[in-house]
Amino acid sequence: MAQLTMAKAINEGLRRAMADDPKVLVMGEDIGKLGGVFRITDGLLGEFGAQRVVDTPLAEAGIMGTAVGLAFRGYRPVVEIQFDGFVYPAFDQIVCQVAKLRYRTRGNVTMPITIRIPWAGGVGAAEHHSESPEAYFVHTSGLRVVAVSNPQDAYVMLRQAIASNDPVVFFEPKRLYHSKGEVDLDVQLADAPPMGLARVAREGSDVTLLTYGSQVGTALDAATAAEDDGVSIEVIDLRSISPVDYRTVTASVRKTGRVVVTHEAAREAGVGAELIASVTERCFNYLEAAPQRVTGHDIPYPPAKLEKHHLPDLDRILDAVDRVMDRPNSLSGVRD
Amino acid sequence: MTMTHTLTPTADLATDIDDVARLLTPDGERIADPELDRWVADVDAITLRGLYRDMVLLRRIDTEGVALQRQGQLGLWPPCQGQEATQIGTARALRADDFAFPSYRETGVVYARGGKPSDFVLAWRGEEHSTYNPYDINTATQQIIIGAQALHAVGYAMGVQRDGTDQVSVAYFGDGASSQGDVNEAMVFAASFGAPVVFVCTNNQWAISEPVSVQAKFPIAGRAPGFGIPSMRVDGNDVLACFAAMRWALDMARRGEGPAFIEAVTYRMGPHTTSDDPTRYRDKEEVEKWRRRDPITRLEALLRARGEFDEAFIGTVEDDADALAAGVREAAMTATTRAPLTVLDNVYAEPHSGIDEQREWFGAYLDGFAPAPEEV
Ligand SMILES: Cc1ncc(C[n+]2csc(CCOP(=O)(O)OP(=O)(O)O)c2C)c(N)n1
Repeated sequence: MAQLTMAKAINEGLRRAMADDPKVLVMGEDIGKLGGVFRITDGLLGEFGAQRVVDTPLAEAGIMGTAVGLAFRGYRPVVEIQFDGFVYPAFDQIVCQVAKLRYRTRGNVTMPITIRIPWAGGVGAAEHHSESPEAYFVHTSGLRVVAVSNPQDAYVMLRQAIASNDPVVFFEPKRLYHSKGEVDLDVQLADAPPMGLARVAREGSDVTLLTYGSQVGTALDAATAAEDDGVSIEVIDLRSISPVDYRTVTASVRKTGRVVVTHEAAREAGVGAELIASVTERCFNYLEAAPQRVTGHDIPYPPAKLEKHHLPDLDRILDAVDRVMDRPNSLSGVRD
Repeated sequence: MTMTHTLTPTADLATDIDDVARLLTPDGERIADPELDRWVADVDAITLRGLYRDMVLLRRIDTEGVALQRQGQLGLWPPCQGQEATQIGTARALRADDFAFPSYRETGVVYARGGKPSDFVLAWRGEEHSTYNPYDINTATQQIIIGAQALHAVGYAMGVQRDGTDQVSVAYFGDGASSQGDVNEAMVFAASFGAPVVFVCTNNQWAISEPVSVQAKFPIAGRAPGFGIPSMRVDGNDVLACFAAMRWALDMARRGEGPAFIEAVTYRMGPHTTSDDPTRYRDKEEVEKWRRRDPITRLEALLRARGEFDEAFIGTVEDDADALAAGVREAAMTATTRAPLTVLDNVYAEPHSGIDEQREWFGAYLDGFAPAPEEV
């Protein structure tokens, strides 16, 4: 086992995927000599050459649309979107073409495209560099959407995403790029848990805390803090947010009877809304309290100096835990 | 290259329909063109007759499509009458292993690539999004998002480059599409990577109700050189010129010289689709003026002048057109709609728990309507 940062784990994942399959190529802005603005593609140009590590013109629809054509031709493009907030120019190609081509052609044309997106906030970045657009993609059938929370998952799930014959939107929390963890580089993909499976990151018995990606660490911290308060939180790292592994989720909810969801993205029609609706449909009779959401505010992402007030933190999560535990909380007595 | 710091487009306006390269006058007289001639030096009477036949058959498919829509058999039909020379001339220059990315109006491209009668109507009937397997006829599913396919063609061509073959991909789109970001990005990518792709812009003067002057002041073909792509503006109602221009472009792409751009100046004689009312935005005189430039009568005149147009020939062409139209009609009338549960097929290549659950639920729900088993 190696101790690697998430950035390095993703870099290794790309390297192995490219070495294993000559049809895999990576493309994006500044990914060649520079190695990408986060250096995720560092060294790949030297190893695989410019035909497979493609520095593209600065045009997101162009990158995504040509990836579609390459997939038509039998290639497996791994596209790097430079930052979350810059995926929107490519949105049409993603939702109308990448997601639908298989369906439109009755399975004759596959789109094994991996769309890597350095994602979410907490790094004090400039405007448009900290967004959480996952709900747009989760709402689009034909895409798989995953978010990683640790170097091991980043390494394995990236390779699984590239090997998948479906398009995968792959969210990489940029605030975790430099966090280290154990990575088994020689793991066999067939032996690793499929990327659609959720992971119980911490067991508990009172509350199920559902989250993914950037918020997993915060959720685990909250669980540790709650323990001092005598509340046992089970933290589930969804890993895949389309599809969601409801088997793992409902088993937990049936055990605890209480649900809190947390994510950085805004609340309105977000992933949390979907999770709570689905959990309620499946586990209504098991619920001891109304499920709660802890999310970013329904605002454009705020300036860096204010982002700490936007991002759900440990205290906001604990406040929601108090709500589902029916203990005094920020909303006590103020809601209709 | 020398470059002045102030560049002013000097060509005539985008609306000048006669500033084009052509080999046949509107009266069907063969004229010389220094750039196009060499690409049709080998074109004999058999080839010319073949192009004529294709155009007649295409027009018959189109007429049948409109009729079927009027009779309630199709939900919609996008007519291509008037554009036969552009579609047939360019598509017939392709090799079978080249790959075409057409738009919804390119019925003639699908026909020339080997589409079956059902392929022209079942999508417009709402039975399928695409009836054919794109790899069977090396032609992508017809595109409805304006301009999106231009990028797909470039990406495909980038794949060809990596495979080291001499295939070419072709992007078909309209004058309206030339305003889209995707088409402009496609030209940037194609030029930057020297991709073997041909852009065929069918300038049929209208994007629904918007005249080409809303999309362009300067001729659309004039844009390509600014991207570093050689271009040609041809008479889109001259099948020979379209065929020649396409050969010019394909040859360049095949030899590794990169992309080329063709603007085919033509006219959509009918409505945008069967839902459209063109009398609201264009006048009769304009339509009549274009009727006199009809691509089929133009080639007929040439064939007649050369003594290649006899009763026997037109007889077989008409018979073939009748048979094809009957096939198209039959495909529409005998269409069977897929089973309800198949609506959930092919969303994903691999098992997906969300879809699997919905299939299970919907299957059980549908089973609820099954007739009760007979008592014994
Ligand atoms: C992205 C997008 N915007 C709008 C439309 C609606 N629409 C369909 S056809 C059309 C006009 C297209 O004109 P042009 O590109 O010149 O092609 P033509 O129909 O003349 O062949 C429009 C606006 C669409 N299909 N896609």
